[in-house]
Amino acid sequence: MSIEARHITKTFGRFTALRDVSMTVNDGELLALLGPSGSGKTTLLRIIAGLETPDPDPASALLFEGRDVTAEGAGERRVGFVFQHYALFRNMNVFENIAFGLRVRPRKVRPSASAVRDRVRELMALIQLEAFADRYPSQLSGGQRQRVALARALAIEPKVLLLDEPFGALDAKVRQGLRRWLRRLHDTVHVTSLLVTHDQEEALEVADRVVVMNNARIEQTGTPEQLFHHPASEFVMDFMGNVNLFHGRIESGKAVFGPLVLDHSSSGAVEGQTARLFVRPYDLDIRHSSSGAPSLRARVLRIQAAGPQVRVELQAETGEAVVVEMPHNQFRESGIQAGDDVFIGLRDARVFTEDYSI
Amino acid sequence: MNRSITDPAPLRWGLTLLALVFLGLFVALPLAAVFSQALAKGWQAYWAAIREPDALSAIRLTLLVAGIAVLSNLAFGLAAAWAIAKFQFRGKNILVTLIDLPFAVSPVIAGLIYVLVFGARGWFGDWLDAHDVRIVFAVPGIVLATIFVTFPFVARELIPLMQSQGTEEEEAGISLGAGGWQVLYRITLPNVKWSLLYGVILCNARAMGEFGAVSVVSGHIRGQTNTMPLHVEVLYNEYNFAAAFAVASLLAILALVTLAAKSLLEWKMRRVYSELRVEANPEA
Repeated sequence: MSIEARHITKTFGRFTALRDVSMTVNDGELLALLGPSGSGKTTLLRIIAGLETPDPDPASALLFEGRDVTAEGAGERRVGFVFQHYALFRNMNVFENIAFGLRVRPRKVRPSASAVRDRVRELMALIQLEAFADRYPSQLSGGQRQRVALARALAIEPKVLLLDEPFGALDAKVRQGLRRWLRRLHDTVHVTSLLVTHDQEEALEVADRVVVMNNARIEQTGTPEQLFHHPASEFVMDFMGNVNLFHGRIESGKAVFGPLVLDHSSSGAVEGQTARLFVRPYDLDIRHSSSGAPSLRARVLRIQAAGPQVRVELQAETGEAVVVEMPHNQFRESGIQAGDDVFIGLRDARVFTEDYSI
Repeated sequence: MNRSITDPAPLRWGLTLLALVFLGLFVALPLAAVFSQALAKGWQAYWAAIREPDALSAIRLTLLVAGIAVLSNLAFGLAAAWAIAKFQFRGKNILVTLIDLPFAVSPVIAGLIYVLVFGARGWFGDWLDAHDVRIVFAVPGIVLATIFVTFPFVARELIPLMQSQGTEEEEAGISLGAGGWQVLYRITLPNVKWSLLYGVILCNARAMGEFGAVSVVSGHIRGQTNTMPLHVEVLYNEYNFAAAFAVASLLAILALVTLAAKSLLEWKMRRVYSELRVEANPEA
């Protein structure tokens, strides 16, 4: 089922959590809402679930498959909601937790006791916790609890699955495993899913499409590849992974960052405007001699060789601290050592001016 | 335990002894005295004092008043705690303060308030008289005064627990399609059942033992508006010590039962609260 939010604004007292936000989730896709804390992503999720109401506005609407559900309560929307802190019913065991959504149905549409039992068994097999039916939430690990919370949400056969930072409270290793498990689950169940996260790695790994939110607004929407390779704003570029930042300005159609001069004529930027250069650590080259191409002089401060990539920290002649990442074999060939004076060259970079970007 | 960081033995034993003497003098001895005085004239006299019609009427009235007070405060306390812990609204702090008011006001004043409002010369005195409704110096007044005095017990037990539990489970219930009442009796109530019972036991003990407020509104009509504590006082003032202590011993038994139930619940609640802590911090 598709979801469309139109012109949603939400204020809490003087705080604006969402400012005129519009977005669409396509039928059957797994979409991630990505942003730092306080960016409004959880509020948007809770509004879709019906746990919050948007500020009244004639232009605003929330459509499930084209039908406006703004007036419907959370219980009528058939939405499976998975909370960050699980929110399992502490007085019920795993079986009763999963069965809850079926047992509270009005008598006319309530499945029989044996149908409930079959459905719960099926879900417990799906989350690989068949042996834990009698356990209470306090007797489960964090990862097990989150799987029970998922099964409980899936029990009502929801038209949409909403997950609020589902792995936020778990340690890194469990989180990785559950992430992949969730993706596989989505590929088998195919329920339209919306996942809120502040972890860009999680969003890029799991989601079909990602909506990046910042400061109560949507910054960019796109596939993980689009966001990573073509970020629409400084914020998205910065949020998608580590970057090096250089400050400069526009001079006669070129972006000038000390000795680095880059062509910037096509964007119509104004003469004298400040410009910022963003470069990913792996898009930089280190050489002992200048290759002739535009480059920066720098001194190697520190080398960190423990990890999948070698991380070299440098101080550029323009004053900025620079981080370069390269594969181990390339590092060994280059023979770089701490204290060396070197040249840094750009393989790929993005220039952002106040409102424009190339 | 490392010996060097404990106090010297004589000091430890001295302090323990002091505490025990104090406890014996002010708690155990009076309790023993109640039972020995009650049985001073033998079991027959004890039994007769309790079976006496005025005593039976006092017991019945006390049970009736405590029953009504506990049930109303169960409903009020639950509603107030639910509103305060699970919702945000204007005037919440005033409501919290008002709930504590009966603890701050002397019970005698609480009784006098009802005399002032419902008494013969009170605000509604003429109107009540005209409609032949009796509140002060009658059972309704005793019930009202008892409800007032015992109002905070249930609410105060529930508010901190409900606040610490938050609203996520309720939200989960609603999103799974449960209605308001289903959320209340399937999620909220089971989560607070031990605290609720604890509050009810304290409320009941206070309701049965209340003297000051009830004394003001009762009028001390024997066989009609005397509760057990008032009946004890009447007998005592008539120098009928054995009978007075016989009825008092029933209240003492109630106190012991309350204490036992309270300790049992505290033990039970410690387990529930420790689970709560584990859930709040699952990776610890």
